[in-house]
Amino acid sequence: MNVLLDNIDLYARGFLGTIELFVVSAIGSLILGALLAAMRVSPVPILRAFGTVYVNILRNTPLTLVIFFFAFAYPRLEIADLSYFTRACIGLILYTAAFVCEVIRSGVNTVPVGQAEASRALGFTFTQTLSQVVLPQAVRNVVPPLANIQIALLKNTTIAAGFSVTEAGGIYQALSERGANVFVGLLWVAVGFLILVVPLTLLQRNLDRRWSTAR
Amino acid sequence: MTDTPMIRMAAVDKHFGELHVLKDINLEVERGQVVVVLGPSGSGKSTLCRTINRLEPVDSGTIEVDGRALPAEGKALAGLRADVGMVFQSFNLFAHKTVVENVMLAPLKVRRQDKAAAEKNAVRLLERVGIANQKDKYPAQLSGGQQQRVAIARALAMDPKVMLFDEPTSALDPEMVQEVLDVMTGLAKDGMTMLVVTHEMGFARRAAHRVVFMADGEIVEDSTPDDFFTNPSSDRAKDFLGKILTH
Ligand SMILES: Nc1ncnc2c1ncn2[C@@H]1O[C@H](COP(=O)(O)OP(=O)(O)OP(=O)(O)O)[C@@H](O)[C@H]1O
Ligand SMILES: [Mg+2]
Repeated sequence: MNVLLDNIDLYARGFLGTIELFVVSAIGSLILGALLAAMRVSPVPILRAFGTVYVNILRNTPLTLVIFFFAFAYPRLEIADLSYFTRACIGLILYTAAFVCEVIRSGVNTVPVGQAEASRALGFTFTQTLSQVVLPQAVRNVVPPLANIQIALLKNTTIAAGFSVTEAGGIYQALSERGANVFVGLLWVAVGFLILVVPLTLLQRNLDRRWSTAR
Repeated sequence: MTDTPMIRMAAVDKHFGELHVLKDINLEVERGQVVVVLGPSGSGKSTLCRTINRLEPVDSGTIEVDGRALPAEGKALAGLRADVGMVFQSFNLFAHKTVVENVMLAPLKVRRQDKAAAEKNAVRLLERVGIANQKDKYPAQLSGGQQQRVAIARALAMDPKVMLFDEPTSALDPEMVQEVLDVMTGLAKDGMTMLVVTHEMGFARRAAHRVVFMADGEIVEDSTPDDFFTNPSSDRAKDFLGKILTH
């Protein structure tokens, strides 16, 4: 308990960093993932190809490598000077969006093709067909696995922390510099993560039950 | 201008891989005309119907609706589809919308009508197809015949220039076929231009101005219902009618 209380400033800053990183990356990955999914089902072959290649590359690259790239390789490219926080977000977003894309796409595929055909036949554009007809029906199949992906994202923020100390997973480095008991300190980090993940898991279970009983 | 046909297909060819589904199709449908397309299963009737609003693109040839060639995929094509009503064998009502919302959705989103006007028109059309009392139910709560009548109302809500029907009664229990055919006969009487793929010979005799008979991707006969049923000229049509009538 002492390790926690003596270093509460570290913990507070760390977990605040985690939450910030998570919220920004979660929102970003949902938006980018939805765009990628739209590409993958679009009638334009180039967009479809881009979506497919993107997803296959990012899904098969270890996250550590993605973050490593943004932590060390990106600054050397001297494109634009971004803070570490921004670079971590970009890495997490690019990576997580590939999974979001696949979940949305398979949800879309559960909607009978006749729904999209009827919609096109009425004069809806591709975007309207997606937003008015297909996505609203895909939602119930998409929300539970999306919640899973976001839980994984929350845990993945620790990987971003491996390269910096502004986040909960980075607390132990600072602790050891202060000479505190690193082992106990890490236990508290784990407890902190549980506290963050459990509500998400409960929410996800709840949604799962709600959607599976609806109509 | 009034003598341009509503639908014109010239030298249209289409393959599905190796399969030659449409072979040099030439077909014109005049304004106000009701054309019934008959033919054995797999002869390409659905495909023909679906090329007219480009749900299926063709390999070569020309398709014009109301004098305008079909545009490529995009906004212009959506605009053209808005003017071409389509009724499917499997209804395809939007499962997440109520009956009245199904009918209103395209007028609201595609035609940008205001909500009150769209709703008023939707209710009027639902009355016309005899189903206004079900307007707040979801499609899954209706019988097949009722769903198909809603689908017709949904297409009519766009005030289409022409209506395409692809076997609108084939998925229905026998006792519900008539209620849908009655709605279609009413439309035909009101002067709607219609292309109807169906196996309902009674409807073809009663409501059609022309019968087009397809076999193996080709238009084999194109005549009046009287001529076609009493005096078919091709062997394939004779064979087809023989099978249907002995059923
Ligand atoms: N999307 C597709 N891909 C490949 N082949 C197809 C496709 N759609 C139809 N076909 C084939 O094309 C041929 C014509 O099909 P079509 O559905 O136009 O026939 P149809 O006359 O409507 O038959 P039915 O009376 O059974 O509805 C059939 O052999 C069918 O198997
Ligand atoms: Mg068919």
